[in-house]
Amino acid sequence: MVQQLTTGERQNALVILLCIFVVGLAMAALGGFDPFGVHGVVVMLYSGGIAALVMKHYYDPEPAPGRQSQYYDDPIKAAIAFSLAWAVFGMFMGVWTAAQLAWPDLAFDSGWSSFGRLRPTHTTGVIFGFGGNALIATAFHVVQRTSRARLAGQISPWFVLLGYNLFCIVAVTGYFMGVTQSKEYAEPEWYADLWLVVVWVTFFLLFLATIARRKEPHIYVANWYFMAFIVVVAILHIVNNLAVPISFARARSYTIWPGVQDAMVQWWYGHNAVAFFLTAGFLGMLYYYLPVRAQRPIFSYRLSILSFWGITFFYMWAGSHHLHYTALPHWVQNLGMTFSVMLLVPSWASAGNALLTLNGAWHKVRDDATLRFITVAVVFYGLSTFEGSFLAIRPVNALSHYTDWTVGHVHAGALGWVAFITFGSLYTLVPSLWKREGMYSPVLVEVHFWLAVTGTLIYVFAMWNSGILQGLMWRTYTQDGTLAYSFLDSLVAMYPYYIARAFGGLLFLLGAMVAAFNIWMTVREAPAAAQRQADIPDTGLAPGAAPAE
Amino acid sequence: MPEFFHRKIERTAIGFVIAIIAAASVGGIVEIAPLFTIHQTVEDAPDMRLYTPLELAGRDIYMREGCYGCHSQMIRTLRDEVERYGPYSLAVESKYDHPMLWGSKRTGPDLARIGGKYSDFWHVAHLTNPRDVVPESNMPAYRWLARTALDTGDLGLHLRAQQAVGVPYTDEMVANAAADAFGQAAPDSPFAAGVTQRYGEKTQVSIFDGVVTQLTEMDALVAYLQVLGRLTDAAYANTAAPQQAPNPTN
Repeated sequence: MVQQLTTGERQNALVILLCIFVVGLAMAALGGFDPFGVHGVVVMLYSGGIAALVMKHYYDPEPAPGRQSQYYDDPIKAAIAFSLAWAVFGMFMGVWTAAQLAWPDLAFDSGWSSFGRLRPTHTTGVIFGFGGNALIATAFHVVQRTSRARLAGQISPWFVLLGYNLFCIVAVTGYFMGVTQSKEYAEPEWYADLWLVVVWVTFFLLFLATIARRKEPHIYVANWYFMAFIVVVAILHIVNNLAVPISFARARSYTIWPGVQDAMVQWWYGHNAVAFFLTAGFLGMLYYYLPVRAQRPIFSYRLSILSFWGITFFYMWAGSHHLHYTALPHWVQNLGMTFSVMLLVPSWASAGNALLTLNGAWHKVRDDATLRFITVAVVFYGLSTFEGSFLAIRPVNALSHYTDWTVGHVHAGALGWVAFITFGSLYTLVPSLWKREGMYSPVLVEVHFWLAVTGTLIYVFAMWNSGILQGLMWRTYTQDGTLAYSFLDSLVAMYPYYIARAFGGLLFLLGAMVAAFNIWMTVREAPAAAQRQADIPDTGLAPGAAPAE
Repeated sequence: MPEFFHRKIERTAIGFVIAIIAAASVGGIVEIAPLFTIHQTVEDAPDMRLYTPLELAGRDIYMREGCYGCHSQMIRTLRDEVERYGPYSLAVESKYDHPMLWGSKRTGPDLARIGGKYSDFWHVAHLTNPRDVVPESNMPAYRWLARTALDTGDLGLHLRAQQAVGVPYTDEMVANAAADAFGQAAPDSPFAAGVTQRYGEKTQVSIFDGVVTQLTEMDALVAYLQVLGRLTDAAYANTAAPQQAPNPTN
């Protein structure tokens, strides 16, 4: 990995790492025993560890002169490894927290291991750790292949990847210590948020510069989605995290947004984290790996345009459906509901476009577990976007809100759509990236597929049942006109479903571990494949000519 | 023809980025900006009081432990919610909340009006081990709160930051933050009088965790739980048949 950098680039990398190390040192000195100081030490260890790696290979030979005429795949490989590590960690935390709901003593009487602190380690671990690294990996891969150009930077891709993972590590270690802004899916404190802005702006510039290098006249549709993902997440992140720290030496801040306005900003952010992180980015994956795997072109260009702009425009209005019947003014609730229902059109346009792309390739869906991962992802995308529009209707929301139905809905999307499309993409990407003929074990891909499908179905059905039951018990009246059930009655009724949900999640975790093992073995053991034309970017030279540096 | 237009725009990276920003900005601007300008968004409540330093510290512990993941603080305008939890929540009640803690999930019950419904003693027993008082509960036990001294050294900084984001704490309140936190949990101490003087007669001054010698995180969290829903009586005045605000005697 370091071998791909010239001596000058190795020096630059060390300078950047030194700067980060000094920032960590300053944080540790200022913060002392406050979590802020602990995070300073984390930053020092992280940057110091990477600097040690660079120095170890500092005197290795310079890269071959033909470097610029090849795709830059090293950061992608590392991003896949990060993604899988976070998947196992995040899903394990999910199973643990799920088990705590059924057996609360599994917190072992400690602060760091209690449900409230573990929950964000699960959400951050899977959304930002697993999902985010998979998005970085596939964005770097897709933008190079569809633009037929090498990434526009040598160090910046590493800065984006390693900087992003530093953010995730600071976030998760902070939760264990109780560092949180309490904003769901935006829990990290002000200094982590500032760092993410630096990383994300670099990501944006790198992506834009790579597209500017493209040898194709048109920007491919997958890149539209990756671009929307990067740009809009930046806007959401900055606006939602505007806060005043209590001191520049403390891991605590207060958001500038008060009460009802904060609620609106938070769910504008929260819902569009779903839209632009968990939907747009992964649609980018879909629009590349589906046609590649099925060997069929995308069904309709016009549907692609319709769904892209529909999603980009409509989603941003939908956040207020998280606040039905609350103290948020009625007119905002109405707008949120209306746009949420309209959102079904572009969502199903995407899902339909993907399914129609499979026409003529359905026999492959039967035989190829990887393509089946992608197909099931599309089906769950269609189902959960329908469910989302349905739950956003105010009277439906009266029943579903605050219950496990929401949790079930989120996991239908997160497991069924996001994780399935990710694993389908990784199983397509890994052999091609490491130049292997195929995955180490197709049987294990099949095993993973069935573990994942079974786990998801058990999970989602358990939460549908518990959520609807809970909602109905809360609103059931006796003939005398009094509430029929105490809150506790509804909690007692949840226990069987909480156990089932933990079991479903466990199956899904086992599947992810099988995937990690299979990918590891593919990298180590699988036989090499011959070089293909698709592995080389367009340098404007005739094949076989010596490329210039 | 729209397709012709799109074939043009998808050939320029910068143009495409600008189009994305334009399309994505409208919704947020239309829904968020008027919330600051339309006066009716937040009701007037002249009796609205501030969190005391001890209550604010308790609120921080509530956030730190992720209580909002399982408990909402937002009673919706639905009959069963009002009958179960009390008058529906008003925007003004979270006017000074940075951030709001409305929550999104009720693994446990809503807490918007929990203040005054149970005794301090009940809260301490419940937080120490929920299953001692509610055998079927799945809430984690928070035994260590009663063993952990509350860090009052930073309270002035907290109030200063709250000032900066628009909460009307006075400089006197900031200067006395640590003393007021101690005084609120020690009714017989000389510091107790300053708390009610600065934060109002309705402030609950009490030996929350039953131990007067040490100010613990348990004191702070119970003080916060006991003030929930009691910063103003506006919600009780607003309903067709006004209910009585709970008035604890402990």
